[in-house]
Amino acid sequence: MLELKDVSKRFGGLAAVDSVSLVLQEGRIGALIGPNGAGKTTCFGLMSGFIRPDQGQVVFCGRDITGWPAHQVSREGLVRTFQIVQPFTGQSVLENIAVGAQRRRSRGAAIAFAAEVAARVGLGEELAKPAESLPIAGRKRLELARALAAEPRLLLLDEVLAGLNPAEIAEVVPLIESIRAGGTTVLMIEHVMQAVMSLADEVWVLAHGSLIAAGTPEAVTRDPAVIEAYLGPGAAARLAQPT
Amino acid sequence: MHTPAPIGRTPAAADAPPAVVHLLGGTRRSIRLLGLIGMALACAPLVVRSEFHLTFMTLALYSTLLGSAWNILGGFGGQYSFGHAVFFGLGAYTGAILQVHAGLPAWTGLLAGSAIGGAAGAALGAISFRYGLRGSYFALVTLAMAEVFRIIANSVPFTGAGVGMMIELRSGPADLQFESRQGYYYFALALALVALAVSSWVRHSRFGAALAAVRDNEDAARALGIDATRIKVAATALSGSLMAAGGVFYLQYFHYIDPMLVFGPAVSVEALLGPIVGGLGTVLGPLIGAFALALVSQVATQALGQAPALSMALYGVILIVMVTFLPRGLGRLRLRRGRHA
Amino acid sequence: MIDSALIGAALWPALVNGLTMGAIYALIALGLTLIYGVLHIINFAHGSLLMVALYAVLVLFERLGIDPYAALVVVVPGMFGIGYVLQRFVINPARHGRDENTLLVTLGLSIVIENLASHFFKTDTRQIETAYTFMMVDLAGAVISMPRLLAFAGALASCLALAVLMRSTDLGRAIRAVAREAQGARVVGIDVDHVFAMSFAIGLACLGAAACFLLPTYYVSPQVGHGFVLIAFTVVVLGGMGSFTGSLVGGLLVGVIESLGGLLLGESLGQIGVFVIFIVILLFRPAGLFGQRT
Repeated sequence: MLELKDVSKRFGGLAAVDSVSLVLQEGRIGALIGPNGAGKTTCFGLMSGFIRPDQGQVVFCGRDITGWPAHQVSREGLVRTFQIVQPFTGQSVLENIAVGAQRRRSRGAAIAFAAEVAARVGLGEELAKPAESLPIAGRKRLELARALAAEPRLLLLDEVLAGLNPAEIAEVVPLIESIRAGGTTVLMIEHVMQAVMSLADEVWVLAHGSLIAAGTPEAVTRDPAVIEAYLGPGAAARLAQPT
Repeated sequence: MHTPAPIGRTPAAADAPPAVVHLLGGTRRSIRLLGLIGMALACAPLVVRSEFHLTFMTLALYSTLLGSAWNILGGFGGQYSFGHAVFFGLGAYTGAILQVHAGLPAWTGLLAGSAIGGAAGAALGAISFRYGLRGSYFALVTLAMAEVFRIIANSVPFTGAGVGMMIELRSGPADLQFESRQGYYYFALALALVALAVSSWVRHSRFGAALAAVRDNEDAARALGIDATRIKVAATALSGSLMAAGGVFYLQYFHYIDPMLVFGPAVSVEALLGPIVGGLGTVLGPLIGAFALALVSQVATQALGQAPALSMALYGVILIVMVTFLPRGLGRLRLRRGRHA
Repeated sequence: MIDSALIGAALWPALVNGLTMGAIYALIALGLTLIYGVLHIINFAHGSLLMVALYAVLVLFERLGIDPYAALVVVVPGMFGIGYVLQRFVINPARHGRDENTLLVTLGLSIVIENLASHFFKTDTRQIETAYTFMMVDLAGAVISMPRLLAFAGALASCLALAVLMRSTDLGRAIRAVAREAQGARVVGIDVDHVFAMSFAIGLACLGAAACFLLPTYYVSPQVGHGFVLIAFTVVVLGGMGSFTGSLVGGLLVGVIESLGGLLLGESLGQIGVFVIFIVILLFRPAGLFGQRT
């Protein structure tokens, strides 16, 4: 479904993403994890056309989409959300979602479809509210709903669980599972490891712009390189020692 | 938890949530409202007999046209232009050149002027937005564009240079010149209603939703597949075309134009002031703003005597006060529902 | 051929003329770029405020017989005070976190100022005549008036004074700190709103100085600011928004371009060169010729 081939991006002298390659199969949930500043969001930018790679290729559904503008990538079916949620302030929840839905629909059909999507993510009661009046959990749902309304083949979720309390997380996790069940492939950036463990089929770990591990969640979390990337040099050895 | 609804089923209108029904009904309500306003304004000359008052309303409607034109780009699109005179002047000079040099009737000037205004809008939008101009930079570039055209009109022979251009006095609807005040009133009303109808379409259409999305958050809009540059270019073209029609009206009404009158900053200010006073990004904002400002300037003239500079200074004060204390405009003083009108 | 010979002979005087006017542009633009660099706002009323300063010089000269250069001690502090009050009590409250609002409010200010000037001073163009107005200086074949030369020297001296102020005083350091990182400056205890107002005030003080040097060689009318506001923006954009050296070089460059444009294209069409440069720079090199790309 999605393949990165040796993709790099430098900002100034700093390599934000350094020759990253990965393949995400259709129908799976992938997770991109790593410490802060590892280049995860930059990776999303590169995949979704917001950032042009300095080198390497982005292939989506067999098509080379490297260097395509963001809106065209989105029309191809690869839709991202933003870590810092970006509602259309001044517009209602319903209007926000309808923008996502109108790509292939008339305005009227888009509004009707937006209401369905809103109900699906649990915003059915908030349709008329201004987007900026929603609490953080509501905004995260809105971000998700807007992207879903665009009916993506691949959905990139940038920390949709960040800032949510455990009860809210417990509500959103099955939602993500249902998105995949509906036929949409998902790639998520996530810090909430419990969610990664229960949702992801495959995990990639980024540190300082490079991939340091890949595999099932269980395998990755046991990888000493990963533990050290999160906790510092020598951490894996210290954890392995019985106290 | 929430049971996922099957996708693709269109809900019957009866069981749709009220917010959906309300939003879907926006177009119909807007058409009904504009129809009522149009009918009331069309009947006004039956009641308003004095030439003075009819002129007042004619100029307020002309101002509504300019404000609506600016509002499509500035209000719905969030791109503030300080040089909308560029489109106005192009319209006015197109009309004048076609009549004076080619001997064509005025209505061809209205069509050609609007077309050229639209094309100029597309071109200006394309070069500005292609290179990522936004905010204050866009405002300054539009201003500089208007200056460039003013200087050109001042310097080349076929515009009459600094002397300006005068059109022949010919009465008749085909020449868009009228013997009675009523004639000009209906001409202004027709143009204003077209501009309001276009605004209403923008407010409720897919195009308008995309434009508002780009205004409110360009990155999020692009992530949803909206070609932000194209949408903004289209809005500039639409806006420029209506503004150019305003220029043609000016020509037909005053019969005389010169570079400072039609490419000068006063026109650009008039275009942006109405929507800011009446309510940015609303259909009726420019109408409310235009009539409020016309009223204020009348009252000012009565109170201060014939001191046009002081009335203009008052406009400046109004602009500062509005931006400081009522950035959402007079039109939004009403309750929340007003947003959907 | 004769044409090109004529132009060749006129080239040097045009160059000198352009440079002298350019120094004034640089000083005006320096005020604008300081305001932009620190507050990140575009002061659209810059031209009208220059006009206010010019009228102040005119009134002081006509009513009280104060020499325009002596008027520096009144007009510069006067403009400084106006700037402080405007920023603190008019411009800042209207911002609401949007740059466009500042642009609109300063546009409103310029409308108010210009029309009040039209009302009180009528629209005619006024000049002053001093003992030295018609003194001429020969610079290797280019004859220019004494006030022109003084304007050049005075404008450059003012630029230098501003540079010293920014580099070597506590206020200058505070301004530079706020320009770089307003949030951080607040944290370390700098009164950011005060520094904003001071920066705006210094920006207008530059206009006060420019007016004193400009009036003996120029004129004043309520619309005189129009010409200057876009030229000042052009200089700032050319030199890179917020760059001091850039404004200085940009000012001189624009002066020369304008002067040569007038020579080659004629008085009327010659003004177009500056605006075309403005548009082209904004589109293709928004960081300016000397600024860094962001």
